Amino acid sequence: MAAGSDQKKYKVIGTRPIRPDGADKVTGRAIYGADVQLSGLVHGKILRSPHAHAKIKSVDVSAALQAPGVLAVVTGADFPELKDKIAQLGEGAVNLAYLSGNLLARNKVLYKGHAVAAVAARTANQAEEALKKIRVEYEPLPAVTWVLDAMQDDAPLLHDDIHTDSMGNKSEKPSNISTHLHFETGDVGQGFKQADVVIEREFKTASVHQGYIEPHVATALWNTDGRLKIWTSTQGSFTARQQTAELLQIPVSQVTVVPCEIGGGFGGKISVYLEPVAAMLSRQCGRPVKMTMTREACFEATGPTPGSYMRVKIGATKEGKIVAGEAYLAYDAGAYPGGMIGPGCMCVFSCYEFPNAVVDGYDVMLNKPKTQAYRAPGATHAALACETIIDELAEKLKLDPIEFRLMNAAREGTRRVDGPVYPRVGLIECLEAAKASEHYQSALKGPNRGRGVAAGFWFNIGLKSAATANVNADGCVTLLEGSTDIGGSRASIAMQLAETLGIAAEDVHPAVVDTDSVGYTDVTGGSRVTFATGMAVYQVGRKIRAQMMERAAELWEVDAASVSEADGVYSSGEHALPFKALAVKLHEIGGPIVGSASVNPQGSSNGFGVQIADVEVDPETGKVSVLRYTVIQDAGQAIHPSYVEGQMQGGAVQGIGWALNEEYFYGEDGQMKNASFLDYRMPTALDVPMIETIIVEVPNPEHPFGVRGVGETPIVPPVAAMANAVYAATGVRMRDIPMSPPKLWKALAEKESS
Amino acid sequence: MTKKVQVSATVNGETVDFLCEPWQSLLDVLREELHLTGAKEGCNNGNCGACSVLLDGAPVNSCLVLAVEAEGAEITTVEGIAQNGQLHPLQQCFLEGAALQCGICTPGFLVTAKALLDQNPNPTEEQIRFELAGNLCRCTGYDKIIKAVQAAAKNLQEAN
Repeated sequence: MAAGSDQKKYKVIGTRPIRPDGADKVTGRAIYGADVQLSGLVHGKILRSPHAHAKIKSVDVSAALQAPGVLAVVTGADFPELKDKIAQLGEGAVNLAYLSGNLLARNKVLYKGHAVAAVAARTANQAEEALKKIRVEYEPLPAVTWVLDAMQDDAPLLHDDIHTDSMGNKSEKPSNISTHLHFETGDVGQGFKQADVVIEREFKTASVHQGYIEPHVATALWNTDGRLKIWTSTQGSFTARQQTAELLQIPVSQVTVVPCEIGGGFGGKISVYLEPVAAMLSRQCGRPVKMTMTREACFEATGPTPGSYMRVKIGATKEGKIVAGEAYLAYDAGAYPGGMIGPGCMCVFSCYEFPNAVVDGYDVMLNKPKTQAYRAPGATHAALACETIIDELAEKLKLDPIEFRLMNAAREGTRRVDGPVYPRVGLIECLEAAKASEHYQSALKGPNRGRGVAAGFWFNIGLKSAATANVNADGCVTLLEGSTDIGGSRASIAMQLAETLGIAAEDVHPAVVDTDSVGYTDVTGGSRVTFATGMAVYQVGRKIRAQMMERAAELWEVDAASVSEADGVYSSGEHALPFKALAVKLHEIGGPIVGSASVNPQGSSNGFGVQIADVEVDPETGKVSVLRYTVIQDAGQAIHPSYVEGQMQGGAVQGIGWALNEEYFYGEDGQMKNASFLDYRMPTALDVPMIETIIVEVPNPEHPFGVRGVGETPIVPPVAAMANAVYAATGVRMRDIPMSPPKLWKALAEKESS
Repeated sequence: MTKKVQVSATVNGETVDFLCEPWQSLLDVLREELHLTGAKEGCNNGNCGACSVLLDGAPVNSCLVLAVEAEGAEITTVEGIAQNGQLHPLQQCFLEGAALQCGICTPGFLVTAKALLDQNPNPTEEQIRFELAGNLCRCTGYDKIIKAVQAAAKNLQEAN
């Protein structure tokens, strides 16, 4: 169902063509990173720290260099020493000195799995055997893996040169707290005085991993001409190029990144881990070097998203008006500064009008891998806190939870606590659609069953995208884009160009090309591709259209101003030719037509969603079963509705996994105890029901077709929706996530005995 | 150094001979020796199903099968599902139903689903979910995968 849309407006947009890369992907022919084969290819492997925190006293690679088949060995000492320099990576920035330290440790290892050295050998097996011959002398140090522990004055210190930056002021002593953020609006003290009901709660969430099925992989060839070519699975080929060039201190134009098909990323495949290491190994041995990560290394050394501690307080009047909010958010950043606390602060109160609010956020380093973005990074945590308190307030005020949200919903003109004022947004429409849904209107009967709802927000970014299109002699159009296709964006981008040109979706042939073949394009992330790369191809289409009109004038020997175009048909007086027929004549009238465009939209496309969960809790085991689940979201304008639904369903199920099972278990030694897909329990097909979807369409005024980003918002509400549903089923409020069976069973037992 | 072993098997209907180390997995040999890279490595310990292939008609995690165990066996990989240039109804329904996003798990799902429909042409939703529970997908939330398998079952039955 698409509420509020006018499907007749468009010919291509809103239809469901088969994705252009589909045939390759269902026959096993698509080339993912690990499928790359090159002449003379050799294999690289990484030695990783067995300690969560230790000084590296010495590294001796001499025996490894003599091992059978070994061609090269590198350590951190082989890489340029980098000064603090911030590189913008599209969705977030990174300090290159820290990125380099994460790539291969130098003086200290900061988490179990931290890379220490790398070997290239003729076979992968020889490389693995050679790793055993590298002698590393460590001096183990105490480790810390929980955010509140890491904030203590006497906590083990990760970096002795990082001081807390609190609104521009640096702390005197070095600290694990890298940043303290503070946002304020109105007068919070006065606000709480107006409140008739005030609820304050504490929340804890465990680290969770993005869980892409394809491990990190990269192949590099440092050629004899000095040029470096990299084949990799990345969310951003240009940001991979930039990071690699900076870490190796070579010009970006010396590096070409070929983006392979990518087996999932969700934010975790933006930072480089292997590319510069493979490059350095290749430089040393003169052969192309392929490196693939094990699943264990993916868990121990990449991702995850932060674990968090949150304390949030909200006050409302007895009439149901929110008057004040206060949030204290501490998110772990992993081993280096720069976690997800910024967007956490932005999102905690983002769904409602808070006349008075204060938010304090802390970015905290500890002995875990450097955290990475994970789909609306930081927002799911914050939504858990806000949305469960909203649920409690609604109950106290005897208001329907959707009604209470509607009474306070953010709308055009609402000012978010971190500053921005919303343009036209679709939260009210989503809440109305949720309220009217058959799901919400249906009765949920039976013992131990309950229904929960929650709303969520993600701002969605714009950023830089480029595209080029060539009109072929048969009237089809080849489209070159730089946005790596992680979930069907070739289709959504090609469809926008087809719509602009008035031709069929099948007549646009999109290709995701390397960094030498298209203009700079930021990462596939921030829910930006269909929005921003869509804007780029709209401009490409308009430029091609203008040239086609000139050619038509030439062909018909009429004044160019007399030529018009509608629905892909060019006409002037009695002359009329559809796009394809005109394209066939191009070689006679001036030669081929090429259109290129580059865009850099600022601001955000503001995605809101609401989700409804029905659960049943087994009181004997604490296991939660999902009975029914509906995702409602404002897509602005759904380009390919199947892939919009897919984003909504996929994000919701990741959130269900986060709510119920997924977590990093750390031992006293600071080591992760469940670094496998068996023990890190992601949802299987058997764990979830069909996920119902309702696409709401409140067009985004900032986009020619009204597109809003859709990829990230779906993971924001689920943890809160599930917690609210578990409460409705059991009377127990779960504020320690995940609500895994042992924890929920214990909470049920405590309730029973009290 | 161990000595390589010669193995003969039928892969996607063709007789093949290959040499492998005795410790090498079937997945490794399929990808590195036979250049059939449709089966993917997601975990290399049998927990994700991305490497699923059919071994004498039964779905297996090829990362947990030693290549030497393939001696005399009939193996079907995702590359062998389409016949004579025609997609299998499962492949067609995955495309029409948008049952893939990144696509890395798709070969494994197709192989496992084919084994299911070969055995049980009319499975219930619960049976499909049960049979596919060894294949992890992180993108789709499974909804469109289950629906694609249901649609393929229906198409296959109507064709017969």
